[in-house]
Amino acid sequence: MSDLYQLSVTINDTEYQRSVEPRMLLSDFLRHDIGLSGTHVGCEHGVCGACTVLFDGQPIRSCLMFAVQADGHEILTVEGLGTPDDLHVIQEAFWEAHGLQCGFCTPGFLMTLVPFLEENPDPDEAEIRHAISGNICRCTGYQNIVEAVKLAAENMRA
Amino acid sequence: MKPPPFEYYNPRSLDEALSHLAEHGYDAKILAGGQSLVPMLNFRLAQPAVLVDLNKIADLAYIQAGNSGGIQVGTMTRHAQVERDPIIAERAPLIHETMPMIATSQIRSRGTFGGSIAHADPSAELVAISVALEGKFRLRSQSGEREVPATDFFLGMFTTQLEPEEILVEASFPSLPPGTGWAIEEIARRPHDFALVGVAVVVTLHSDQRIQNARIVFLSVGDGPVVAEKAAESLRDQAPSPNLLRAAAEIAAAEDIDPSNDIHASADYRRHLAKVLTRQALETAIERAKG
Amino acid sequence: MKKSIGERIKRNEDPRLLTGRALFVDDVQLAGMLHAAFLRSDYAHARIKGIDASAAREHPGVVAVFTAEDMGEDWAPGPSNVAPPPGDVVFHSRTHVPLAKDKVRYVGEPIAVVVAESRYIAEDAVEDIFVDLEMLDVVADLETALDPDAPLVHDDLDSNLAAHLIQDKGDYQAARATADVIVTRKIDIDRGAAAAMENRGVVADWDEKGQQLTVWDTTQAPIPIRNGLAARHGLSQSQVRVIAPFIGGGFGPKILLHYPEEIMIPWISIQLCKPIKWIEDRRENFHATTQERRQVHEAEMLLTREGKILGVSHTFLHDTGAYDPYGLTIPLNTQSHATGGYHVPNYHSEVKVAFTNKMITTPVRGAGRPQGIFLVERLLDIAAKELEMDPVEIRKLNFIPSEAFPYEREIIDQAFSPLIFDSGNYQPVMDKAVETIGYHHFINEEQPRLQAEGKHVGIGITPFVETTGVGPYEGARINIEPSGKINVATGVGTQGQGHFTSFAQIVADQLGVDVGDVNLVTGDSTEFHWGTGTFASRGAVVAANAINASAKIVREKVLKLASKILEAPEEELELEDGYVRVADIPRMSISLGDLAAEANPLRGAVEPGTEPGLEATAYFGPQYGAAAFGVHAMIIEVDPETMMIDIKRYVVAEDCGTILNPLILEGQIHGGVAMGIGNAYFEQLIYDENAQLLNASLADYLVPTACEIPTIEVEHLETRSPLNPLGTKGVGEAGTIPVPSLFAQAIENAFPDHDFEILEMPLSPNKLFEILHKKEVGQ
Repeated sequence: MSDLYQLSVTINDTEYQRSVEPRMLLSDFLRHDIGLSGTHVGCEHGVCGACTVLFDGQPIRSCLMFAVQADGHEILTVEGLGTPDDLHVIQEAFWEAHGLQCGFCTPGFLMTLVPFLEENPDPDEAEIRHAISGNICRCTGYQNIVEAVKLAAENMRA
Repeated sequence: MKPPPFEYYNPRSLDEALSHLAEHGYDAKILAGGQSLVPMLNFRLAQPAVLVDLNKIADLAYIQAGNSGGIQVGTMTRHAQVERDPIIAERAPLIHETMPMIATSQIRSRGTFGGSIAHADPSAELVAISVALEGKFRLRSQSGEREVPATDFFLGMFTTQLEPEEILVEASFPSLPPGTGWAIEEIARRPHDFALVGVAVVVTLHSDQRIQNARIVFLSVGDGPVVAEKAAESLRDQAPSPNLLRAAAEIAAAEDIDPSNDIHASADYRRHLAKVLTRQALETAIERAKG
Repeated sequence: MKKSIGERIKRNEDPRLLTGRALFVDDVQLAGMLHAAFLRSDYAHARIKGIDASAAREHPGVVAVFTAEDMGEDWAPGPSNVAPPPGDVVFHSRTHVPLAKDKVRYVGEPIAVVVAESRYIAEDAVEDIFVDLEMLDVVADLETALDPDAPLVHDDLDSNLAAHLIQDKGDYQAARATADVIVTRKIDIDRGAAAAMENRGVVADWDEKGQQLTVWDTTQAPIPIRNGLAARHGLSQSQVRVIAPFIGGGFGPKILLHYPEEIMIPWISIQLCKPIKWIEDRRENFHATTQERRQVHEAEMLLTREGKILGVSHTFLHDTGAYDPYGLTIPLNTQSHATGGYHVPNYHSEVKVAFTNKMITTPVRGAGRPQGIFLVERLLDIAAKELEMDPVEIRKLNFIPSEAFPYEREIIDQAFSPLIFDSGNYQPVMDKAVETIGYHHFINEEQPRLQAEGKHVGIGITPFVETTGVGPYEGARINIEPSGKINVATGVGTQGQGHFTSFAQIVADQLGVDVGDVNLVTGDSTEFHWGTGTFASRGAVVAANAINASAKIVREKVLKLASKILEAPEEELELEDGYVRVADIPRMSISLGDLAAEANPLRGAVEPGTEPGLEATAYFGPQYGAAAFGVHAMIIEVDPETMMIDIKRYVVAEDCGTILNPLILEGQIHGGVAMGIGNAYFEQLIYDENAQLLNASLADYLVPTACEIPTIEVEHLETRSPLNPLGTKGVGEAGTIPVPSLFAQAIENAFPDHDFEILEMPLSPNKLFEILHKKEVGQ
């Protein structure tokens, strides 16, 4: 086993200090070391998008980064977005529009959409579909996800 | 699908990084954005003993306007930054247009300009457009620095002129001469897939609107970027016309490329797409060159 | 109080799922848990001469390595998932093994398992195991698998024939002699993957002191897994608890009894007295999770010159892969659907199921039905062309008329029972699809105009039947808590179908409570331990009706007790807003919670013969399956230069009986269509001549994204099933079934001047290019 590395990372506004093997994927670190298992792992080769989290505000694949690389950075996961009693406006819209079925891919979609809607407050359908094209959903056929994004955008503008 | 163990260095300076490379040579791999390397590690298709991570070297990420209208891009500049950069949009419209075609937004947040070039995937857009734009790459090692034109840099599938102890530190692109148009066209099954075929075109017109020079560079049809020299030659000093462009596209598809069969497309289909895309790209580029 | 059945009710389960607070199998963390990784075969067919795991055992952090030999007496092939077929059917049952013993039969077959402190270390140590293999010739191709000189997948059999079944209705040969038109074609359909976003996973925890085995499993059938594990380990069923928590999509393959890993992980936990976790990774999912669809048919249709179908026959090969634990379910489903929704007086079908050196095939959303529908619809389209008939008209002419239901097919279905379509009214569904997509307007006006502009636009319209909601049974227990909340427990697992909501709606309506006050537990064998599972589009039929039956009994109990307490006759009581009220006297009421407390007194005397609490358990088993029906219609534009397609309109008119929740129903259809589009134009598992899978990644296996899937317009019609009190029919697989046929139709229709036929699936731009290339289209 290679040496352990110290890292200090802020996740959902809480600072964590841990030592990890350098090969520890950020996705595994978040899920199993920190216990934030809302970030899901679907492919571990950067295609499905389920593991998307915000890294210094940017959406990234947490399966394509090592935990040690998060040292000194800020991460937002789905757990930091809203709670069942206080849903984020995008979460609320997914609920309203039935934008999820099994819910496994959902956290990745949400984390992709947070910065997208900040940058594009009034997207059209083609822009929405393109924005989520890096996230695969096998249940919904995407239609109600697209509807949820439209609804969320509308509610965010209001 | 967990990566194998490796020794890890995250140097704070380029010099420090270069000394790690000098020490470990072929045993070391450079970790830039990691968007191609980490999947290969996760599949255990690559098992380097040492990873030298460049992400802590802040001064390798920059976009600069050059003196004579060109631009310089630091190797660790993220795709997402290039995509949104006003200097790029103004001075390097082909790069600006290409950036959204690269993978997905999540990959572009992390993937780096230099990493994509150094990885030398034959289906990478940045590889093809660097050649089309006649870019130059600065390579640095402990023993010094050299500049290699993009046209000479790529040696084959995932292989370049980079020596194991070298780092690609910067890509630079000259300004486009007046009367120059550009285009990139590609066909992918899904937006983020590697293109089945892609082509980047840069065309400069004489003042009488005849074609002075055309650079046509393909991706995904060979072991590296493929320059369509015969097709370009057929356009030289000719007045653009639909028939001329169609004929050039046919030459490109028939004579300049030699695509192979794989699970995503047959050689015939690739050749056919190359023809279709070349014609479209030439049309667009010439339209733009006319201003 | 407003009924909730039929309403677009938001889902109860969503807030947890949306905030990352729902439990999936890989979220289970137990103290001292160890992690497993499997060494899998890199070769499709080879004899194992020896395994040396000594280096792996020495690897730091490794706790144990097991091979088949290490299992000793505990090594045994898995059970068959289905009962053996009737006596006259040839069937050689060869079920999969927990770890390969003498030889490996497909790429991905597990050979050994490493248990270590982390998955990372376990994967490192897997690389340290050396297996001495003697390569054998590979059975890679279904069409040559039954050749006399083909290598044998199972050495003890004379050939690779797994099963042979012939079904006849009427007298096909006699009909053939009288037919005006005979259409004969070869139909070729390849494999695809279910590709659920969550891979499989098992966590097992053997409590040595408590003598209790707890297993978290991504299975669609937790109770049969529990029963199987108990039998295998000589435990009583009450010593085994299987929990299928939130599951990230099932689509069929999460219901093999039992996957090698489902056997090994609990077994290892018992050996080591430690909790063990194994989570399938995506590469394993491609190699070691079941697949479906490969069949090759020689198909024929007989018609009169008026376009009336006289008969359908098809002789076909079905690829079961290296083992056949799922018996004949898929090919029987193909037969059940190879005559579609049509009255076909004469039918002949002969299927040979072949072993190949590939992953096992088991039902994937559609389960044999898409192949049957593709076959009959293709033959009809070709016949319509020959007869110069409109494709819609020839279909209407042949639909089973509404007065003919229940309609006996005179063949056996997937359960070896007579196939009967319980109910249906097909013509109005077709009319609705035709009207919604503007079929006549399109072919008469729009298409000619667009074609004149050089556009290649085409339309397809495909009806389909779906046999759903098969038995044997499901059950549910419902009780009212003193808090007034309702608890419901049922045995089926849930993989995103919205059971927490649609089932709650049924209870809410019976008991007059808010849907949000009904708390449902599914897939935990301790909460409810009778049932079979979530498959064959049966949740909304079988489980829903069991819940309805159970809720009715609880309602009766509520009324009886309230009548006594409120001193009012039961007929005057109503259940509303969580209260029982005397209809005209609102102040005379009692809350369900208080009533539940009264039903479980701490003191006093309970009358003999009564039971405490407001609780009931009931079961439902349908007499036979319910047949749903639908029509899909699509307009596409094909770029004749690139062969890329653009779906302009997609319409679904469906009739799945009573609609419990349109929001959920439409979601099921959207997702089904998306998978169907994958099946038709994007997703193909590509194997080479050595049975190596060449596209075992999500980068190379093309699951469609939001950019490839159109907006889907859904229209509902309701023909209630007479076989269950709710009148429901299943819909889970409906979206997927007709899509390949629809693509074939629309693409052919987009090139009216080109004489070609699409007889294979999946298609791709490349294949379309090869088909059209000879015709020099778009040049």
